Amino acid sequence: MSMLSEPSTSRPFDVHGKPGERTSAPATTGRRDPVDPALCRQWLRDMLMIREFENRCMQQYQDKKIGGFCHIYIGQEAIAVGCTAAVRPNDPIVTAYRDHGHALARGMAARHCMAEMFGKIGGCAKGKGGSMHMFDREHHLYGGHGIVGAQIPLGVGLAFACKYMDEVIDGRPNSRVALAFLGDGALNQGAIHEAMNLAGLFDIPCVIICENNGYSMGTSIHRGTTMGHDIISKAIGYGIDGYVVDGMDVLSVYHDMSAIVEKCRRESRPAFVDMRCYRFKGHSMSDPRKYRTPEEENQYTSDDPIGRLKLHLEERGELPEAVLKEMQKEIRDEVREAIAWSEASPEPPMSELYHDVFVEPHGPFNGTSLPQMLQGKDLR
Amino acid sequence: MANLTLVQAINLALIQEMEKDDRVILLGEDVGNNGGVFRVTEGLQKRFGANRVVDTPLAESGIIGTSIGLAMAGLRPVPEIQFEGFLGPAYDQLCSHAARMRTRTRGAFTVPMTVRVPVGGGIHAPELHSDSPEAFYTHQPGLKVVMPSGPYDAKGLLISALRDPDPVIFFEPKRIYRAIREEVPEDEYTIPIGKARVVCEGTDLTVVSWGASVIQCMQAIEACGRSVELIDLRTIYPMDMETVEASVSKTGRCVIVHEAPRTCGVGSEVATQIMEKCFLHLEAPVQRVTGFDTIMPYYKLELEYLPDAARIQRGIEDCLAY
Ligand SMILES: Cc1ncc(C[n+]2csc(CCOP(=O)(O)OP(=O)(O)O)c2C)c(N)n1
Ligand SMILES: [Mg+2]
Repeated sequence: MSMLSEPSTSRPFDVHGKPGERTSAPATTGRRDPVDPALCRQWLRDMLMIREFENRCMQQYQDKKIGGFCHIYIGQEAIAVGCTAAVRPNDPIVTAYRDHGHALARGMAARHCMAEMFGKIGGCAKGKGGSMHMFDREHHLYGGHGIVGAQIPLGVGLAFACKYMDEVIDGRPNSRVALAFLGDGALNQGAIHEAMNLAGLFDIPCVIICENNGYSMGTSIHRGTTMGHDIISKAIGYGIDGYVVDGMDVLSVYHDMSAIVEKCRRESRPAFVDMRCYRFKGHSMSDPRKYRTPEEENQYTSDDPIGRLKLHLEERGELPEAVLKEMQKEIRDEVREAIAWSEASPEPPMSELYHDVFVEPHGPFNGTSLPQMLQGKDLR
Repeated sequence: MANLTLVQAINLALIQEMEKDDRVILLGEDVGNNGGVFRVTEGLQKRFGANRVVDTPLAESGIIGTSIGLAMAGLRPVPEIQFEGFLGPAYDQLCSHAARMRTRTRGAFTVPMTVRVPVGGGIHAPELHSDSPEAFYTHQPGLKVVMPSGPYDAKGLLISALRDPDPVIFFEPKRIYRAIREEVPEDEYTIPIGKARVVCEGTDLTVVSWGASVIQCMQAIEACGRSVELIDLRTIYPMDMETVEASVSKTGRCVIVHEAPRTCGVGSEVATQIMEKCFLHLEAPVQRVTGFDTIMPYYKLELEYLPDAARIQRGIEDCLAY
């Protein structure tokens, strides 16, 4: 167990409790190789993209273009971006319902993500799933699932399959790692404990990443979870190594996750990450947020992961203003295009009700077909 | 008497029973401080304290299992599950324990628990937030299943459920949480579990429904201009077949309407019992207007999925024309 990185600022409001508690063990690698500025700028772009996308989602929701529920990722962008940067493109990823960021970071085009929320046929799930159901087979994103915690056993299964294919079928060392994301509230679901025990028992190369934003809807981690200040102790109980990572800093996420992922890959073992972060917006679009104070929110929002990365680049003269401006413009255009495209995409026809249930047509069931964005793609 | 929404009527019933009986306690995710996702328990934690309105961790199996223990020990727990789809993680506790405890212990231990669950579609939410799983729990022996269609019935039925000696799943149709208001007496009244309501009388055909669909049925009946009798089951189990039988024996025709998927929906049971009990009175095969045998789709197809007044009217006309 080790604390790989300390949050950069000391905070009077600390939703996670006492972050320093487990710092006694040394960092596993301490490795902090400088990152190529072009790569950093790419991450900045990816984070700005998610931010812009989410801001526009909120507008579209208010305009009633998006229905039901919409869980906004603003504040947590560094996690999806840093984690996907730390794994290989064919390492499987699964997450819960706060999933737009993971989809975009993994490489889903904004239009397919947006169209899904609009309920249009061009969406990644043909507009039949909505905000919580982002899937991208091409980019090894296995969802997007609505039942809190239930995705973690799936993640362990995905990792089990990776291990099995390499070690049992091909008779070579394990080469892949699955990332399974959950929230801090999800820690209290039975499913994740069963999955962690199984992963620990069978040495499954799954990195379970708890995006610990301190709240489960209106319940703070300390009101809902034992050992809330030290959640890696739960993983340790299942024989899984635990790490605390500063999820508000993409460089920390990238460095620490790279080290953790490579260790899991090499040793074919699981890990658990307490990824400390804060969700800047409400739980979903209808959340008056009366369970936390504006002071606390301000403290975290002023420690914005995007601001931090900008500062890092600017301090090194690696982010000329013109470059940033151009980047922002491209992103705005791309999201605007995604909205226009989603508006133009047709609604799913009635025949879609009986489509994608079974492969074989029988009775009213009329077979199945891939979403538009996967057609003609190499889906190994 | 006040003009209340379904949310307010349920809130009032909870307050009145909690004031009367300090064995009644509420548990659930964000039911206290936040007042629940749909604000049904708004203000109750302030009023009764955090010991009686308990904010639980995010753990449905734990919430229901703990409630069962509380109930076996003599309390009257009222757990809330935020959406019907989240009954999944609690299914084991409900069906392996709550439903079987009286039988398993031959009456030595019982589970007087009322599980409150928002149910059904119509709010543009995706699957697991729009489903109608009443048939699953109706099929499980040992559970009572209740689903009111309006504020007045909700208050009376909920009080009966809270006082019932056996486990009750109290489904609250979320699309009508705030869509309709009714006069709801302040004074105590109960509506017995297991009694249907004849919403309007008629001679040509009987419509049987429950929950939010009852409102669509009323619109359809009004639009079709025939003498149609509408029965709101109110309690799905134990089912009031006497009321249905009397009506269908009179009209000879029946249309059953529910949101849930068609195959093995509660409509299948109603239709079979009509066949068993009213065979010689039937003038037409019993018809069903239901959801589809697919996972509830999101948003744009949702309104196609849910039986609306037009589809119900077509069902009525087909049955009348037979
Ligand atoms: C089994 C289940 N119970 C409840 C919910 C409703 N719900 C959705 S998100 C959520 C809070 C989850 O909090 P956390 O795991 O911390 O994730 P975050 O929202 O902070 O990303 C709840 C209670 C659900 N979707 N599934
Ligand atoms: Mg959280």
